[in-house]
Amino acid sequence: MTSALAMSQPAISEKVPGLKAQLRRAERLRKLKAIALVAPLAIFLMIAFVIPISNMLWRSVDNSEVMQVMPETARLLTEWDGKDLPSEAVFSLFAQELRDSRTGGGLGRIGRRLNYEDPTFRTLLTQTLRVLPATTETTWSETLQSIHPRWSETETWLALQRAAPATTDRYLLAALDLKRGSDGNIERIEENQRVYQQVFVRTLVIAGGVTLICLLMGFPLAYLLATLPTSQSNILMIFVLLPFWTSLLVRTAAWIVLLQSGGLVNTTLMTLGLIESPLQLVFNRIGVFFAMVHILLPFMILPLYSVMKGISPVYQRAATSLGAHPFAAFWQIYVPQTLSGVAAGTILVFIMAIGYYITPALVGGPSDQMVSYFVAYYTNTTNNWGMAAALGTFLLIATLLLYLVYHKLVNQKQLIRN
Amino acid sequence: MSLQPYSSPIERIWYWTFRGFCALVLLFLMIPVLVIIPLSFSSGSFLTYPLPGFSLHWYKTIFSAGPWLDSLKNSLIVAPLATLLAMAFGTLAAVGLNKADFPGKSFILALLISPMIVPLVIVAVGMYFFFAQIGLLNSYAGLVLAHAVLGVPFVVITVNATLQGFDYNQVRAGASLGAHPLRVFFTIVLPQIIPGVASGGLFAFATSFDEVVVALFIASPTERTLPMQMFSGIRENISPAIAAMATIMIILSVLLLLVMEMLRRRSEKMRINR
Repeated sequence: MTSALAMSQPAISEKVPGLKAQLRRAERLRKLKAIALVAPLAIFLMIAFVIPISNMLWRSVDNSEVMQVMPETARLLTEWDGKDLPSEAVFSLFAQELRDSRTGGGLGRIGRRLNYEDPTFRTLLTQTLRVLPATTETTWSETLQSIHPRWSETETWLALQRAAPATTDRYLLAALDLKRGSDGNIERIEENQRVYQQVFVRTLVIAGGVTLICLLMGFPLAYLLATLPTSQSNILMIFVLLPFWTSLLVRTAAWIVLLQSGGLVNTTLMTLGLIESPLQLVFNRIGVFFAMVHILLPFMILPLYSVMKGISPVYQRAATSLGAHPFAAFWQIYVPQTLSGVAAGTILVFIMAIGYYITPALVGGPSDQMVSYFVAYYTNTTNNWGMAAALGTFLLIATLLLYLVYHKLVNQKQLIRN
Repeated sequence: MSLQPYSSPIERIWYWTFRGFCALVLLFLMIPVLVIIPLSFSSGSFLTYPLPGFSLHWYKTIFSAGPWLDSLKNSLIVAPLATLLAMAFGTLAAVGLNKADFPGKSFILALLISPMIVPLVIVAVGMYFFFAQIGLLNSYAGLVLAHAVLGVPFVVITVNATLQGFDYNQVRAGASLGAHPLRVFFTIVLPQIIPGVASGGLFAFATSFDEVVVALFIASPTERTLPMQMFSGIRENISPAIAAMATIMIILSVLLLLVMEMLRRRSEKMRINR
């Protein structure tokens, strides 16, 4: 942009009316150059980050299995009224497409999908397929019904119909312990099957608890660091920054070593005679709190410290000299000035805590696992990708909403100490 | 809060309670790091105190051929490449963001920062599906790309912060003296923003060197990184080999911390000199 301006110097002196246009052109060129510099990263992130995540989120409503493997049956079934058994056309197309599904892994895909409707559906499909003739002398509807009585039940075909449309809300509803009843209305699932509401509540409770403890521990320390002379606070800052830079797994391992039944904490307490037998401190909620607070505490201290560092002590002194009790001066004058730091640290720690996976997986028990754990579990262990995506969607929405609040409150620069 | 000769006894009690509490918090922060180092010199095969005896056996284990050394090698391949990629993309973007205002800038900035915000497990599952489709699953290239994505926000933020104090008249001066924009960038801009680029790079390196969630999803045992090895070590057979590797990694963190501090001092000095 500068070179464009420099070259246009003679033109400006000759022809003043063109100046505005030339400035605009230079300005436009500058913008284009700026965009060109940002573009590589934006495109890179679009391809390697936004597309993968959008793809995954799509799976929370994706229902294309039956439609892809049995397109004709699916099309006809969506038109079926669901009262009597479907027509012969449906039976015959179904028999044909079921036979074709043997190649290319189609059978496995629809089997997995239909099992979510009825856990015995896959078996029904394979049993039917094993004896399905290539041609029929009677009608396909009679042939199928003679192979298995369940083909004469409307419920079987209704399950197939429910799996036929291209999209579904069943995973998103299931992630909230809801389902569609037989009448199509949303209802809560049976009480003994409700899992995820508890998981979400647990995630919020753990994240909230960790955030609160971090605030209670971090605030006094940040205050001390901000009020000490720089030479002393720099040394103490190492105590905060060294754990911050230390690998998360190293610290998690250290907490297992410390808290296990033969670990340092238990041996110390027993030597002191405070307890008789070792306490269970790890692989339960206590271990999760210890490890998570330890990992997230620096993220609370650093924003608090940077805000406190900028607070002038004169207001507090003024209040005291006017007769306020030192505690009143602290609480009414100093603390309100730190609120932006408190908000930043709190939201930052909370955002990071609700997404935690590794630490609870290593130091928690089965009843301490958070939403992330279930996202990973459904992806890796049961291949129920719709469920993984649905839980992930809610986790992502919660995170992004919190981040919006955070963004309104603080500048991004404060996210890390520079 | 400071103690004066005329402070009342209650103030004195508060002062020492406060100091004591802060000391406990600092102890809490440091103790895991301090506890794990002596265990790496244990001659026993369990991570417990008291130590049965002194031995360098576990260091020999991690540095002789085997899964530990392989995973260290893999991390030392992946992390620098991911860091370089993040530094190149991130620096360019930060320079662009500071060059001019353009429509959608705040949206773009939010996009560039987002890998830092989105829960890792969501990134991991998304990349797992996507990389499976495009054939990058279980490959070094996939791992490098994934870690570059995770590291790039740090570079954007630190370079952006450094550029806030940069005087653009220097660019104009360079250009008016006839220098090519690339030459201006490499001889005028880059030397001044290098502390920001380097500290962003360190963050990116540390991210890749410590990242386990995404790696667990998209890498096979062949590309097993150091954090993956630590993870399975903690999960399956927790032995002093973990403590030995942890000690090595703590030493690395100390080095990172020192370099970071050096960079901070340098960029502060530059600001004062101007």
